[in-house]
Amino acid sequence: MVPFLPYTQKMLFDSEVLQVTLLSLQVSAIATIISLLIGLPCGTWLALGNFRGRSFLLSIINTGMALPPVVVGLVVAMLLWRSGPLGGLRLIYTPIAIIIAQTIIAAPVVTGLTAAALEALDPRLQQQLLGLGASRGQMVWYLWREARLPLLAALMAGFGSVISEVGASMMVGGNIRGQTRVLTTAIVLETSKGEFGIALALSTLLLILTYLINLGLTLIQQKGAGR
Amino acid sequence: MANLIEINDLQMKRGERVTFEVQSLSIARGETLAVVGPNGAGKSTLLFALAGLLKPATGEIRFNGKPLNQWDALEYRRKIAFVFQAPLLMDMTVEQNVALGLKFRSTPIEETRARVRKWMKYLDIDSLAKRRASQLSGGEAQRVSLARAFVLEPELLLLDEPFSALDPPTRAKLLEDLSALLSKDNLTAVFVTHNLNEAAQMSHQVAVILDGKVRQIGPPREIKAKPADEAVAAFLHEMPQ
Repeated sequence: MVPFLPYTQKMLFDSEVLQVTLLSLQVSAIATIISLLIGLPCGTWLALGNFRGRSFLLSIINTGMALPPVVVGLVVAMLLWRSGPLGGLRLIYTPIAIIIAQTIIAAPVVTGLTAAALEALDPRLQQQLLGLGASRGQMVWYLWREARLPLLAALMAGFGSVISEVGASMMVGGNIRGQTRVLTTAIVLETSKGEFGIALALSTLLLILTYLINLGLTLIQQKGAGR
Repeated sequence: MANLIEINDLQMKRGERVTFEVQSLSIARGETLAVVGPNGAGKSTLLFALAGLLKPATGEIRFNGKPLNQWDALEYRRKIAFVFQAPLLMDMTVEQNVALGLKFRSTPIEETRARVRKWMKYLDIDSLAKRRASQLSGGEAQRVSLARAFVLEPELLLLDEPFSALDPPTRAKLLEDLSALLSKDNLTAVFVTHNLNEAAQMSHQVAVILDGKVRQIGPPREIKAKPADEAVAAFLHEMPQ
């Protein structure tokens, strides 16, 4: 058994670990929020729209929910590479590059689960709201309100998919100490160095953080459910 | 009495299939029209067309003398209220549900409170005000659904078999209350039902719809006494009395 608890305690007061943790949270939170801003309207449009190619688009989004982070990382890295089409922006190996990659990973998750949440509502609810004098905007707002529990689950799934990924962060961030090192890439690095104790301690820290954030969201969700 | 609704040469289609058609149908202000017909005959299609939620393929519906396609869609929808077969309440308290349509219209809070209180009292649900919709019985939920529509004091009330899922005693009590409310406020309403006696009890006129066509319109007594043709007679004979 690798002793990792002493490392965990020590790390809580280590400034480098604190910096890596904060960067992880910051990058994944921003990517999740952007994914929500993209996924909520797109998922709503897919769920409520009645247009040709809707099923095809939904199948693409559902496939996107299983996008391998390493593939996203590769594509974003190629785009942002100095010689790549967006190389002039000089974003490769920056936190912004990680945010871009993580947004591409989380957006289909939020979009797909938003569409599923709204499709699970009684389809007559839309007509009932319109029949009571709701504008289109009011109708969508109240449908979101009605589906708030699965929508929060979509948010949690989106955040979970990016806080835990390593492939994309490694490829577009480069795991540069003090700049783009996040918890997952730090875990990979320590493991490759044979520092299993530190790797396990960082993993514990990541799990605790993820748990605390999901606990907060779950409490909001259950409060919304009236329990 | 001036007509609130006038329908001329209306045809509704789903794809290429005609789902409902009527040459001429009018509803006078303050009148209740009962619509009867078998399942799939086109009764709900007529209600959805009247609500402006389905567009006619041809013909026109006039509301207050003005064709529906010349009304601003939202402005028109705010003159009517729709009650579905299922109560379709939102996951909120009874009083919040009743206030919903007024909230859509940005009605001032004090006025909203007063109207919500009034209609909850009329429909005998004032004791349930703080209860969540998910905790109501079927009859209570349908009363909330009615209050949510009546509170809007609409010019036209559309009721799509609102009591068909309820047990007979609850249904009879609600029908009695609804009938009293409709005549008290001189409301114009269209009431879809499966039951001929309900139609007679509730309405000034009955429209019989068979296979997507309005086959006969007239006062309930006349419809019962003189069916327009054999198909109408056969249908009326089979209807629950």
